[in-house]
Amino acid sequence: MPQLSTDPRFYQMAIQLLLLIYGIGWLQFDIGWFEVAILTGSTLLTQYILTKALILPFFEPKSALISGLSLSLLIRAEESWLLIFAAVLTIVSKFAFRWQGKHLFNPSNFGIIIMMLCSGKVWVSTGQWGNIALFGFTLACCGGWIVYKVLRSDIVIAFLIFYGVILVGRALWLGDPLTIPLHQIQNGTFLLFSFFMISDPKMTPNSRIGRIILAFLVAIGAGFVQFVLFRTNGLLWSLAFFSLWIPLLDKWFPAQPYDWRT
Amino acid sequence: MRFFILLSLLIFNQTAIAFCGFYVAKGDAKLFNKASQVVLVRQEDKTVLTMANDFKGEMKEFAVVIPVPVVLKKTQIHIGDKKSIDHLDAYTAPRLVEYFDENPCAEHKKYKGLAAPAAAPKMEAMPERSGAKKDYKVKIEASYTIGEYDILILSAEESDGLTNWLKDNDYKIPDGAEEVLGSYIKQNMKFFVAKVNLTEQSKLGFNYLRPIQVAYESPKFMLPIRLGTVNSEKNPTNSEGTQDLFVYALTSKGRVETTNYRTIKLPSNMDIPVYIKNEFGDFYKALFDTQVKKENMKAVFLEYAWDMNWCDPCAADPLSPQELRKLGVFWLNDNKEMAKINMPQNPAQNVFVSRLHVRYNAENFPEDLVFQETSDRNNFQGRYVLRHAWKGEMKCAAAKDYRKRLNERLEKEVQTLTSLTGWDINEVRKKIEFPSQVVDEHENSNWWENLWKDKEE
Repeated sequence: MPQLSTDPRFYQMAIQLLLLIYGIGWLQFDIGWFEVAILTGSTLLTQYILTKALILPFFEPKSALISGLSLSLLIRAEESWLLIFAAVLTIVSKFAFRWQGKHLFNPSNFGIIIMMLCSGKVWVSTGQWGNIALFGFTLACCGGWIVYKVLRSDIVIAFLIFYGVILVGRALWLGDPLTIPLHQIQNGTFLLFSFFMISDPKMTPNSRIGRIILAFLVAIGAGFVQFVLFRTNGLLWSLAFFSLWIPLLDKWFPAQPYDWRT
Repeated sequence: MRFFILLSLLIFNQTAIAFCGFYVAKGDAKLFNKASQVVLVRQEDKTVLTMANDFKGEMKEFAVVIPVPVVLKKTQIHIGDKKSIDHLDAYTAPRLVEYFDENPCAEHKKYKGLAAPAAAPKMEAMPERSGAKKDYKVKIEASYTIGEYDILILSAEESDGLTNWLKDNDYKIPDGAEEVLGSYIKQNMKFFVAKVNLTEQSKLGFNYLRPIQVAYESPKFMLPIRLGTVNSEKNPTNSEGTQDLFVYALTSKGRVETTNYRTIKLPSNMDIPVYIKNEFGDFYKALFDTQVKKENMKAVFLEYAWDMNWCDPCAADPLSPQELRKLGVFWLNDNKEMAKINMPQNPAQNVFVSRLHVRYNAENFPEDLVFQETSDRNNFQGRYVLRHAWKGEMKCAAAKDYRKRLNERLEKEVQTLTSLTGWDINEVRKKIEFPSQVVDEHENSNWWENLWKDKEE
């Protein structure tokens, strides 16, 4: 049993919960506590069933709970069964797509992408956080602390820089005022993605160089989806696509994988 | 007997549907100054855009420059019908519902509903003119005269060339527009430039400018608002440089929201004082002003989201399939049989309407509005409830309790109203008729005194 202070997942859960309270209580999220209960309940139950079915030594609720909370922050659907499906897919992906003890995809990213592709009935409200500088700052600090705790701050910093360069570079090229990229960077969904999703230590490449390359690719891909294809959710599509390349990055740049207990 | 059946059906309907009611026309078309109305029809990548205006100046002064994603052919441009937009506006407007308290001394309670629509916005147009030309690296991709408009589709290589071309052709381009035009040029946007052809206009005989419609296919699901913010900044009539925009999105899947700004619901379903019935326009305006301030002018407001097949209560009838097709809903069947059977109130299938209302300026809305269609088909409406107190005679002990509750209710309504509108609470209180404190002798009697009274009599 890890101590409270050493396992960063407790902090991650606490921050996700605070963000949900803020979103549901103040920002009128299109989701209520009932849906949060459905999502977290489904991720936990799926994790439990798969633990028993695969005769694993112990039931690990923390990461399932984090996935449930991540989904609650991101996915929106009108019907509950779609949420349950997304939650089940999220957890199943952790067991089904593994590579040398790591997840091939960030679980909630996988769950959302597959549901968007297959059902066409779920969506992500990227505008739901608004663009509040203070909020961005707070989230950056809290998220930064978490990624520092899990030693994956390099990918977050690299991603923020690469994506920031794309946004600012685009604005400079177009002759747009810098308020435009600033507005885009302050988007809550973008910050949430940067600090909580791309930093997932169970998915990211083992080596620092691998992580920086991944950050670069995801930033380019997200920019391509948003500014060339003019589609939404570029960050999610890009991360899901480039996650497939992580085994190669690990092969080319070998290093020790991350262990939650260290 | 027939009368009885009819009556009971009516009563049943009233009980079964909580807020069905009658429509009272009192919409004011000029509530919001400097507002534009856009109907945005979208399915997959197909878009039909209808832009309304109520430009009030000299017709020859009117001109618009609109960035569009593709070069439009003549058949992609159409001159629409303002009536359909007005109808859509009325159908989606915030509404009032009225309930009437029953005599607290009566045995059975029933109610009557009543609905009123709110507001229609006012359109603002960009005043410009046209004239001569030379070489500016501006290509006139196409030139059409459609209805009362002379339309040019321009593409340009450089913003200064385009700006100079527009200026030399007597379009009044505000300072600061060059950068924005340059940005659109690099984003490979084309420019739809229209002005009024006075000859055609006088031939047609319209004394107002009809809405311009364009149909195109592009993955870009957005509205270019940036040229408008340059315009508003320089407009001396509006010191704050803000504008209102109403977007009526018609889609097949569900509600539309912005992806780069927060879309939130206008506060709704609240009890407010009954005198608002005569000041509903002011109320809606003040409510919107207050909500915009509360959100620091950073949010887009959802005012209505509903399946076009029905409404409850209806501020106006749902639009007929014919009207919807006029507005560009291309996925509705166009067979004549359907046209024959469809009366105005007959339902249009598979059309979901989202009414978005945004007040914007360059500072708070630096980017163009980008939209996405969600699968959310939950209905939402701006609905405000008036509860009329019982004004008749009350001769029972329950009346005392009723007056007490009424007093509390009225106070609560005052608080709701002032928090929604920011109006002065004392001014609001003056307009409220609080229940009289004069009590009937029956109310002060002990409960047992009336117990056997009827029988004794």
